Amino acid sequence: METASTAFRPAPASRALETAGAWLLGLLWILPLAYAVWTAFHPSAYSTRFEIGAPLTLQNFVNAWNAAPFARYFLNTTLLVTMVLAAQLVLGTLAAYALARFEFPGRDLVFGLILLQLMVMPDVLIVENYRTMNALGLRDTIVAIGLPYFASAFGIFLLRQTFKTVPRELDDAARVEGASALQVLMKVYVPLGRPVYLAYALVSVSYHWNNFLWPLIVTNSVETRPLTVGLQVFSSSDQGVDWSIITAATLMTSAPLLVGFLLFQRQFVQSFMRAGIR
Amino acid sequence: MESFRTRVTPWLLLLPAMVLLVTFTHWPALATVWDSFFSTAKKARPSHFIGIENYRSMVQDDVFWQALWNNVIYAVGTIPLSIALAIAMALWVNSHLVGRGFLRLAYFTPTVLPMIAVANIWLFFYTPQYGLLEQITQVLGLPSHNWLGDKSTVLGALIVVAIWKEAGFFMIFYLAALQQIPPTLAEAAALEGASRWQYFRRVLFPLLMPTTLFVLINALINSVRMVDHIFVMTRGGPDSASTLLLYYIYQVGFSFLDTGYAAALTVVVLAVLGLVAFFQLRFLERRTHYQ
Repeated sequence: METASTAFRPAPASRALETAGAWLLGLLWILPLAYAVWTAFHPSAYSTRFEIGAPLTLQNFVNAWNAAPFARYFLNTTLLVTMVLAAQLVLGTLAAYALARFEFPGRDLVFGLILLQLMVMPDVLIVENYRTMNALGLRDTIVAIGLPYFASAFGIFLLRQTFKTVPRELDDAARVEGASALQVLMKVYVPLGRPVYLAYALVSVSYHWNNFLWPLIVTNSVETRPLTVGLQVFSSSDQGVDWSIITAATLMTSAPLLVGFLLFQRQFVQSFMRAGIR
Repeated sequence: MESFRTRVTPWLLLLPAMVLLVTFTHWPALATVWDSFFSTAKKARPSHFIGIENYRSMVQDDVFWQALWNNVIYAVGTIPLSIALAIAMALWVNSHLVGRGFLRLAYFTPTVLPMIAVANIWLFFYTPQYGLLEQITQVLGLPSHNWLGDKSTVLGALIVVAIWKEAGFFMIFYLAALQQIPPTLAEAAALEGASRWQYFRRVLFPLLMPTTLFVLINALINSVRMVDHIFVMTRGGPDSASTLLLYYIYQVGFSFLDTGYAAALTVVVLAVLGLVAFFQLRFLERRTHYQ
């Protein structure tokens, strides 16, 4: 990863200045999170008093956990992201294979129609999709939150690019041995695409863990609400909930992603990188 | 038989994805246009054709114009700054700075956090009297200010959050691009006696152009899509000063329950996205020299 150039080693003074600038920005960027951690782990009396000796507590987390059905929200979000990811991977793999390795009339048109979703995301079609969910009788279900995202143009695009790099000889060899199209896909293409699947999975999970507007619209009960909507309902109820508890709830809902990110930092960054290079 | 099978196979593979795409992207996009010419169904009167009536009321709707204008300011305020910061971050993280591991972590962290969650933190940050920002301004002896309650500062406060959330995300794309630029280029430029700034202006920045255009498209789409923090921090207020188009669509469609008008508003957003797509086809595809 050491690709940085050594040709332009700046003078020590300007180098120090730049390091200072980079660090200042870094500290600014981490400040809101650090602040949240401070508030959540201290009694509310210390939420804006920054003293070294302030007592630590987990009470805010306990209070938050007991004040709203967060366990259920966690379950809902977990079900949601798993379902969405599974559907995206299966549908995306099948479609990408067709686009990458079959010649058929109208292929470019179909590909164009799929790419249209990169611009016209389900996120902005909330009015009509809500109507559709009503008509399908799916309103206020977890399936309804995920359904518009099952077919992902981004996933199909990414996998198509990957499958196109698989040498045709591998494909032909498997076919000569009598494998069907689906068998070739499962035995040759899917194993070779593994890093891309991982990259896509991380991007998809973090997107749907964080998604808010559509779930807010299509759900209205504890049994279906994901964490993001649950957190919003909890923190906007005007019962004078104190900041320490809201902050604790905020950290709690972000924790799985945050911990996952800290543990697999390199994979995360590389996944987003891989997903971004077209 | 065999040839029939090979002809049908790709369509069968595409079928499930296409059915869902048509149902939840193509159909609703067209239905939005269609519905924008109809009135909202009421108890006494079912939905009926009203021509361009929804658009006529849109032209006279001050909140719509305000939301559109706010969205323009939001985009103009967010995009150039977050792109400039992203380039700086990528250059720093890619260089030999002390602690670049920590820096990469710090810059990127906002990207993985839910907007709705961090909006709560930022809300507390901006809170009058006991928020963190107030504490800092008090120490500096500056007057107290209600950042989210003042029409002239509320949009700026939201823009800051958007930049904070996005810059690290865009950094990743620049980092990927920087790592593909051969170091020999920098050595050659140094031999020619170019300064660092000249190297950046004349070599790096042009080489990063495809990335910049890609990021720009993403940023444009995000400036339409990123409205979650409004729900927590301002609810579009005060006095619609922080209402963006998508938030207004939500209000009209799901609080005021005027779905006909919400459809007309959505058409405007689709038109904006269409413009972005046109821009992308026109400029991005032509100037990008890798696939």
